[in-house]
Amino acid sequence: MTDTQRHDTQRQETQRSDTRETPESTLLRRTSAVRVPVRGRAWFVERRTITLVVGCVVAMLALGFVGLSYGTSWATPGEVFGALTGLEPSVVIAEWRAPRVVAGMLFGAALGVAGAIFQNLTRNPMGSPDIIGLDAGAYTGALLVMTVFAGASTTVAFGAVAGGLVTAALVYSLSRSNGLSGMRLVVIGIAVNAMVTALNNWLVLRAELEVAMAAVGWNSGSLNGIDWEDLLVPFTVIALLLAVIGLRASALQQSALGDSIAVSTGVPLERQRLLMVLVGVGCTATVTAVAGPVMFVALAAPQIGRRLAKAPGVPLLPAALTGAVLLQLADLIAQMLLAPVSLPVGVVTTAIGGGYLIWLLAQEVRRR
Amino acid sequence: MTTRLSAQDVTLSYGDRVVSTRLSLDVPDGAFTAVVGPNGCGKSTLLRAFVRLLKPGEGTVSLDSRSVSDLPAKALARELAFLPQDPLAPEGITVRQLVARGRYPHQSLLALWTTADEQAVAEAMVTAEVEDFADRPVAELSGGQRQRVWVAMVLAQDTPYLLLDEPTSFLDITHQYRLLALLSRLRDEGRTVIAVLHDINQACRYADHLVAMKEGRIAAEGTAADVVDAALIKDVFDLPSVIVADPVSGTPMVVPE
Ligand SMILES: Nc1ncnc2c1ncn2[C@@H]1O[C@H](COP(=O)(O)OP(=O)(O)OP(=O)(O)O)[C@@H](O)[C@H]1O
Ligand SMILES: [Mg+2]
Repeated sequence: MTDTQRHDTQRQETQRSDTRETPESTLLRRTSAVRVPVRGRAWFVERRTITLVVGCVVAMLALGFVGLSYGTSWATPGEVFGALTGLEPSVVIAEWRAPRVVAGMLFGAALGVAGAIFQNLTRNPMGSPDIIGLDAGAYTGALLVMTVFAGASTTVAFGAVAGGLVTAALVYSLSRSNGLSGMRLVVIGIAVNAMVTALNNWLVLRAELEVAMAAVGWNSGSLNGIDWEDLLVPFTVIALLLAVIGLRASALQQSALGDSIAVSTGVPLERQRLLMVLVGVGCTATVTAVAGPVMFVALAAPQIGRRLAKAPGVPLLPAALTGAVLLQLADLIAQMLLAPVSLPVGVVTTAIGGGYLIWLLAQEVRRR
Repeated sequence: MTTRLSAQDVTLSYGDRVVSTRLSLDVPDGAFTAVVGPNGCGKSTLLRAFVRLLKPGEGTVSLDSRSVSDLPAKALARELAFLPQDPLAPEGITVRQLVARGRYPHQSLLALWTTADEQAVAEAMVTAEVEDFADRPVAELSGGQRQRVWVAMVLAQDTPYLLLDEPTSFLDITHQYRLLALLSRLRDEGRTVIAVLHDINQACRYADHLVAMKEGRIAAEGTAADVVDAALIKDVFDLPSVIVADPVSGTPMVVPE
């Protein structure tokens, strides 16, 4: 198209929209969305989404504040602010508690997004990475690197990613029989999860004592004793992965219309799927490499987020926000429940999420 | 007759199951093409090949003599819109939100939602007669209402080509004829319509170009008046019949014996 032609079509379009004040324009008025103008065009943001973002940010800040204050002795708000602004330095708050709070937020978001990605891929609310064995697989990778190769933390992370990908490939190939059915994949994934978990237990049992001690504390997923040094690489990786999938979020939403319409409206489906698997496994494995397999956040966060946002499908942003709040909350409970002993956060998420899973299964059975 | 969209000697299969071998079809521009044939003869498969949902094992599907597999995904989606037999509505989506999804190929990270998008969605909802329930969840609609919502989504895509797989299914008789009249109107406005229709008499009445398929082959194609006779219906549908003139349109009308 030449420049003049383009101008002509543009002019036609503006004329068209200017001269038409038909009943159609009343259809355009969206009461539930806020218009954010961007260079003459616009983003529409649903009011519910804005409310959710604000609500979750407030919840995260509040929980973060409690997390910074809570410990063997409560810190006063003044002490927390002093530590944050650096006016009144506190090693306990800045070096021990802060990394844990931040880890809860970011890992929660990563797990929520990973869950939303896989629930979209499998088109099933139970098709999240923790249920279909990807957490367990990533953990196997990490354990193998630690026990067999005595690797350092970066190699452990690579082991976790490799373990997650291998498990994903295994579940995928087992559940593929002329076409892919979400429910079939979930059932096979649950079986794979059980087997891989058994393998993990065996790996821990036959490991050297020190390694085994470290691994057991980690077995159910824990943020205990995390410091800034543990977090630098995972944060960079997760931020990168979230940015990548964020850019493809609209394609992911479009894929929810089924393969046929996704392709015929211009989603490069195969590339999109590959990207989704890589980002989903990447997020899961990165969290697992640092904190161990934290179960059920990926399962529950996307569904809770979807209901709170009243959005169609399983969107990413509500999943990320809900995941962050959920993991933070669970970690606080884990610290407070049997204080002064700090439980692994995975114990809490498993207890809460297990009940949710039973309810979900009952729903699924009723639907059939 | 000019042709931008065509399939040349395509072999279409699902794994080992070959549906069509060396099938060729030139889609006449600006015409209403109806594809008819018995269940399982490969009508949907052919449409799927046109929109690149199925890669031909041999042969090519081309648009403007370029293979469709060489076109960027969104560029092709701005040319061809497709309504499959079994579309999937995400949980909790409203009619308006679903119709807006038809605008996807017109958007990118930098080209956001525009007035043109708004206009296209609003027009599509009016045209497909779904504006009365614009803000209701799709899941709560009747089968026929839902079918019209999908038609609206495809219209919002605003493409020169409309490929529709059994668009009249679930519709009551009034809405069947309304939809067919709408498709004719769109054809008059210059769009190319390709629809799989199960009612042979509707196909005869509305189609400019009739394609009769049997076991993956094209048994006959041309205007209804030229191709439809008792022998063809016997051959394709294995149905003995008498052909009379449709009292309203004068086109062939199949009356089973
Ligand atoms: N996904 C698939 N995998 C394997 N075989 C398939 C698949 N889809 C269709 N087929 C087979 O391909 C053949 C043609 O199917 P197609 O869907 O094109 O038929 P159709 O003419 O559209 O039939 P209908 O009128 O029932 O919609 C059938 O024999 C069918 O069994
Ligand atoms: Mg079909």
